[in-house]
Amino acid sequence: MSRAAFWQGFRDCSPFIAVVVPFSMLFGVVARDAGLDLLQVMAMSVLVIAGASQFTALALLQEHAPVFVALLAALAVNLRMALYSAALVPHLGHAPLWQRALMAYLMVDQAYAVANKTFEERPEMSRADKVAYYFGVMVLICPFWYGCTFLGALIGTAIPPELSLDFAAPVCFIALTAPLLRSLAHVVAAGVSVICAVLFAAFPAGLGLIAAAIVAMLVGAQVELFLNRRRERLA
Amino acid sequence: MISDAAFWTLTALLGIGTFLIRFSFLGFLGRRQLPDWVLLHLRYVGVGVLPAMVTPLVLWPAATGGETDPARLVAALATFVAALRVSVTMALVAGMGTLYLMQFLLS
Repeated sequence: MSRAAFWQGFRDCSPFIAVVVPFSMLFGVVARDAGLDLLQVMAMSVLVIAGASQFTALALLQEHAPVFVALLAALAVNLRMALYSAALVPHLGHAPLWQRALMAYLMVDQAYAVANKTFEERPEMSRADKVAYYFGVMVLICPFWYGCTFLGALIGTAIPPELSLDFAAPVCFIALTAPLLRSLAHVVAAGVSVICAVLFAAFPAGLGLIAAAIVAMLVGAQVELFLNRRRERLA
Repeated sequence: MISDAAFWTLTALLGIGTFLIRFSFLGFLGRRQLPDWVLLHLRYVGVGVLPAMVTPLVLWPAATGGETDPARLVAALATFVAALRVSVTMALVAGMGTLYLMQFLLS
């Protein structure tokens, strides 16, 4: 593993600590409010590490939905990660199986977005550097995720709702998206993603998201092909 | 109140299921070369997924019971502009800062 690449990943991901802290604390607070004990809160955060799906599952259990309904809804929210997993294959697929298993466990939105952006911008990166970079990104996020869930669960309702910690999630995703808009095709795909999210809002949790993502990917790819053909004609 | 049995069943299965989703392609395809048309579409995973995650959170926040909140709309816009023009760090500051400012002004 390359030390320089590891620390580069560490630095590139460090700003996102500012959103992981409030978001994971919020999960701790909400989970305690729902009646979970400290062990249960921590077990969920460590076993699942996927905030959005944890909130979904908890909310449904609180409403006395059957366990399998809560499970399916939460898994649907996480289905997007299958797309991340596929997108990382060309960059990280060469790593040994145990490393890929560890990468899979650590695959959160920030890890995918930060690492994939760097891999695409710097195709000259060696395979070993890409692996080191990915772990550098996550080694920082992970302890904060565990630690601040614990803190939130301890402090509990002492955190006033006026702080609007929930808004840390959209702020984080917006900050992850903006740097990805590096071509017209990417901008169009992002626009389609927003429009489809509104159109598919009535779909069950998570499924609207996947449908919107797939339509946006198809449109983005077609726009790229169209622009390439036009460039060739003009050249 | 959530029963212990319901909680542990859900958490164990969600943990396993989520891991398998994450492991899927990276784990089972490994070093296999993906065809060009797949790679083409995979370039748009980020811009396909993230905006669709953000949109409902901004338009219909759970914290307001799903009511559209002008303060959050303005704050989301400020985050986006700062992320495009300045830096990730400034985007995060601008996002939460604008939200607090708007909530103060509108209250």
